[in-house]
Amino acid sequence: MATYTPTTRLDDIGHKPPEPPARGGGGNGRGGEYPDYGARLRRARVGLICAIATVCMVFMALTSAYIFRRGLPTLDDGGTSYVRDWGGVDLPWLLLGINTAILLASSLTVELARRQVARQAALSPVQSIPGVSLGRESRIPWLGVTAILGCAFLVGQWLAWRRLNDFGFYVNTNPSSSFVFLLTIAHAVHLAGGMIAMVWAASTSLMHKPIESRRIVVDITAWYWHFMAVLWIYIFALLTVAR
Amino acid sequence: MATPATVHSHAPQGFIRKYIFSLDHKVIGIQYFFLALTAVWVGMILSLLMRIHMIWPTATLPLIGDIKPETYLALMTMHGTIMVFFVLTTAPQGGFGNYVLPIQIGAPDMAFPVLNMLSFWTTFVAFVVMLAAFFVTGGPPLHGWTGYPPLSAIQSAGPGEALGADLWITSIAIFCVASLMGALNFITTTLDLRAKGMTMMRMPLTVWSWFITAILGLLAFGVLLSAGILLLMDRNMGTSFYVPLTVVNGQVLAHKGGSPLLWQHLFWFFGHPEVYIAILPGMGVASQVLSTFSRKPIFGYKAMVYAMLAIGFLGFMVWGHHMFMSGMSPYSAFTFSILTMCIGVPSAIKTFNWLGTMWKGHIRFQTPMLYAIGFVSLFVSGGLSGPFLAQPVLDIQLHDTAFVPAHFHLIMGVAAIFGIFAATHYWFPKMFGRMMNETLGRIHFFITLAGTYAIFMPMHYLGMAGQTRRYSQFTEVAYLQKLIPLNTFITWAAIITVAAQLLFVINLFWSLFKGPKAPDNPWDATTLEWTTTTPPPHDNFGGVTPEVHHGPYEYGVPGAPKDFIMQTDPPTVSGH
Repeated sequence: MATYTPTTRLDDIGHKPPEPPARGGGGNGRGGEYPDYGARLRRARVGLICAIATVCMVFMALTSAYIFRRGLPTLDDGGTSYVRDWGGVDLPWLLLGINTAILLASSLTVELARRQVARQAALSPVQSIPGVSLGRESRIPWLGVTAILGCAFLVGQWLAWRRLNDFGFYVNTNPSSSFVFLLTIAHAVHLAGGMIAMVWAASTSLMHKPIESRRIVVDITAWYWHFMAVLWIYIFALLTVAR
Repeated sequence: MATPATVHSHAPQGFIRKYIFSLDHKVIGIQYFFLALTAVWVGMILSLLMRIHMIWPTATLPLIGDIKPETYLALMTMHGTIMVFFVLTTAPQGGFGNYVLPIQIGAPDMAFPVLNMLSFWTTFVAFVVMLAAFFVTGGPPLHGWTGYPPLSAIQSAGPGEALGADLWITSIAIFCVASLMGALNFITTTLDLRAKGMTMMRMPLTVWSWFITAILGLLAFGVLLSAGILLLMDRNMGTSFYVPLTVVNGQVLAHKGGSPLLWQHLFWFFGHPEVYIAILPGMGVASQVLSTFSRKPIFGYKAMVYAMLAIGFLGFMVWGHHMFMSGMSPYSAFTFSILTMCIGVPSAIKTFNWLGTMWKGHIRFQTPMLYAIGFVSLFVSGGLSGPFLAQPVLDIQLHDTAFVPAHFHLIMGVAAIFGIFAATHYWFPKMFGRMMNETLGRIHFFITLAGTYAIFMPMHYLGMAGQTRRYSQFTEVAYLQKLIPLNTFITWAAIITVAAQLLFVINLFWSLFKGPKAPDNPWDATTLEWTTTTPPPHDNFGGVTPEVHHGPYEYGVPGAPKDFIMQTDPPTVSGH
């Protein structure tokens, strides 16, 4: 039996997937023909960068509100002198630390999923050649693992909110607790959006869409997920440093 | 994900897929246009009711009845909100940008057609939610289009501040999401779907204006969305982001320690770029039309591009000039003042370049050209009062007077509307395959231009004479008695100007069905939309991919066979 020996290291493919020559699309006015998968991937990534820019602006606005409100003096109950009513919140550190670890792990698994599907897309033309064997390919469903970890993170966040309630902190307890709930819930909502994208990616597999289409969805989801991890670390750092 | 490739293959059949939930950017552009047309009539009628009430405060109006002070404030809120969001943001960008941008860059559709469709229908839902505020208990909110807390943050603050205000904020939030989806699509399309040869510096200035507008929208609407969420939380969840210790009707509320200024900072960080979101597409259209109808290249193409970029960039740094009244540090006020003045530089570059474009041109005074000239006129007239308001000392005097509505209506409102009129007359043949009536167009132009100046120029004087804005009644105020005749004149001018807009609607619908058939390139223009059939086929170029060899404004080239060279003409076609 003939054995296929790739000239490109499979690990490298995940880093820089080979793309067909870009005939379609634009980019300095070069394109204009029918779009191919490489062009579609590039286009989706541009769209993702725009979406990430928007989310950054949302959280930048919330951060500026946080800093503004934190430093704002307010009149005391008698209305005679200025006091600081920021309050402060006892965060469930251990739980949030575990959640952070889970999210970082999911970022790792989604990267493995991205490389896995990129590798499959790159090698799919070769697989159809009779008699060609590509050797052992990893069968671990990294995307599914990521989804499970994502769910675990969301459950963990929900437990953290419950724990905050147990400590006596609600959304309207003091300005500090308002922001803790606001920032963490806003992040969770955006992360849930990533979960929906993952379901979408999984459905492309079930619907027998071309592997290249699936690769685009997974690639975009993965980068978005990495951004969610970075965003969470930023929020956690903000809540920790500027308490 | 739908891509232009899939759209490219065949046009959808069936009424719903073709006209309602269409993925075609042209249909979506027309949907946006008619949504804005509906919204502008709602907004205009509201303003007319306000003007009538100002002069005849005791009059009972049909359908409305007596206008109470709170009714007046509700009319003002809804007028401003509908005009800013659903007209000035929707028509130039969502309407014409959607229809024309892909064709002008040689693309078969927008980058993400499904997202484009979602963007329109989300805008539509936002509009319905906004209108729903008219029909709930208490009616629409009273807090103005700027939604300043604490008024906007307290449900018991007034008759429209309960459910009406919740609907208002929800509508704005939905609109933000729609605009963000649209902005993402515009940016990706411009960067990634340009035809071969369509380099950035060969893009028509309209494309540049929509592109920069999309960047502004992408960065600004997220901030408004965040601000709106905080406001909803203050209203419904008991938080105190914006609400300080407050007493309403003798009752101390549970809120404490919030700052209304936080809202103002967040809102105006969005609000000032929003001014440019409204006006930049008008600048693009004016440049396009002035060059085409002057039969001359645009004067200083690169300077026009850099000026728009500068305006967009500076637009994010001047929000504080809306807050000079807030007691900000004089150093901050000085900084915001200087930065605001700086915007005058790129604005002046654009104005001089428009004049330079017309200078010694073979001007064709057709309707689109009249509106483009009107745009320049209004931009200058409205812009000149900007430096007054940019100075904190003067602004403190003028801020709450009629001077400010006079300023922003001229430059942000009607100038942008004239851009929309110019765009409508210019691209109507391409969009609907028929020509609009020139005579009706000219009559409409002259009445509207004269009416606009008759309404808003005297308002500057009213402001300087001390007439406050936002007050529902002033006829009983002694020191304003002498201003009643001028106010009456403004109201009559408004009535006539609004009535004249029927001419535009009649022209639009008559031409839609009865107008003479339009040729493919009725204006002898150069950009890509005029190279394809009228109206364009589903994939814009009938399966042919355009290749660009020329700049967008090659008019009057010496030695060329015609007085214009189209962007797709072979490179061998040139002048001497």
